[in-house]
Amino acid sequence: MNVSKNISRLLLVLACLVASSTANANSSAKSESDKPPNTKVTKVVDPYLEMRTGPGRGYPIFYVVEEGEMITIDKRRTDWFKIETNSRHEKSGWVHVTQMVRTVNADDAFVTFPNSSLSDAADRKWEWSMSGGDFQGASLISSAVTYRFTRNIAVQLQGSQILGDVSDGLMLVASIQHSPFPHWRLSPYFQLGTGVLHTEPFSTIVQSEDRTNQTVNAGAGANLYLTRRFLMFLDYRYHTVLTSRDKNEEISEWKLGLSVFF
Amino acid sequence: METRPKRVFLALSRSLRTTLFLTIACAGIASTVYADNDTQYDDPLGDSVDLDLISDIERQPVQISDIDTENFEIGISGGLLSIEDFETNPVVVGSLTYHVTEDFFVEARFGTSKIGTTSFEKLSGGASLLSDDDRDIRFYDLSLGLNLFPGETFIFNRWAVNSGFYFVGGVGSTEFAGDQKFTASGGVGYRIIANDFLAMNLQVRDHIFETEITGESKTTHNFEVVAGISIFF
Repeated sequence: MNVSKNISRLLLVLACLVASSTANANSSAKSESDKPPNTKVTKVVDPYLEMRTGPGRGYPIFYVVEEGEMITIDKRRTDWFKIETNSRHEKSGWVHVTQMVRTVNADDAFVTFPNSSLSDAADRKWEWSMSGGDFQGASLISSAVTYRFTRNIAVQLQGSQILGDVSDGLMLVASIQHSPFPHWRLSPYFQLGTGVLHTEPFSTIVQSEDRTNQTVNAGAGANLYLTRRFLMFLDYRYHTVLTSRDKNEEISEWKLGLSVFF
Repeated sequence: METRPKRVFLALSRSLRTTLFLTIACAGIASTVYADNDTQYDDPLGDSVDLDLISDIERQPVQISDIDTENFEIGISGGLLSIEDFETNPVVVGSLTYHVTEDFFVEARFGTSKIGTTSFEKLSGGASLLSDDDRDIRFYDLSLGLNLFPGETFIFNRWAVNSGFYFVGGVGSTEFAGDQKFTASGGVGYRIIANDFLAMNLQVRDHIFETEITGESKTTHNFEVVAGISIFF
């Protein structure tokens, strides 16, 4: 009787010890994970910060971070930041950039995030575009990558597929562009380029033979900044295709497209 | 003199007392440990004290480059592609998406499928409009997408997942019957965002291009229904 009682007490004491040591272990693990990487922590100075379940204004607000709280930035998708609170609640959710720019660094200066204003668009470096248009009567599909050295000067590499009634073609053109007024919302540009044009006439046409020719082109266009991440453009190029025949080919290219900035 | 029932009762109460004491003592130890942690990191009734403590963490200016941006999405989907006059066949589509804003995205897709036989070919017996090589179909398209109605979808009473509809439209090329055809395509999709990096989607899309395969030039509508999975990176 006594033996069994003692054993039960012993077990109870052991259980208690285990419980308290687990509590210890938990707390030490918690304090480790609570220690955030210092370069991603900001402090909320607005009265509150709204946290949503997803990166979009349609997702519900499920938590509000209070003024003075520290937050750790986890990742960014478009204009939304996934953050974690450093308080006891340890909530994590998505906050819009307009609220994130109202958080401060260690030196109490506001944190600045890139692409948070329209004027940043003129300072972008990389741009990707897609467009569709007309290549001397044939359909044209283009995609291009542009790198901007300065606000005015950019280089562009463009690949196009040409789909015509009598032949198909592929074209790769490198060009240099100059925008005299990069800060205008509707900004014109001029360009010079060179590249190769590969033409594959349909086999039903007589004397069909695949050919690859060099092309030089000059053109102009205009960019219309729609938002700080998007622009629409209209582009015209006049190509001179250097053929081995008696006469060079003159081709007009028109296209309308969209660009995004990185 | 104690009676036997009394003795039993006393013995029981003594053992109970000891057990109770031990339990309280243990709970005390445990709670002290918890309390220690609480005062160190957070205290439900003293948030301001906590914040002061946390704000004393030595921190550096936010490094924008340290923040992971996840605007790209890569995905694969499978489903059915119906080619006008040429039956319906399985299709596999790979896609790369760049999310420009929360509303707009640009998408490049590449798909491959087979072309079936026309009813003419079936009825005529041996006649074949296309060679075996020309029965492979490949297409690509560059599209602009618009997210609509982002929100939560509820599964029974328990779960809520982020989801949204989207419209897509763009241009591309389809290699059909050995020829490249300029293709306009557009459609609608439904996306379920399972977690931060994984999404599932269902898309219905119409590929519109002109063919002369049946003797006259005509505009064909070719519907694609696919379900897929994608990863944000």
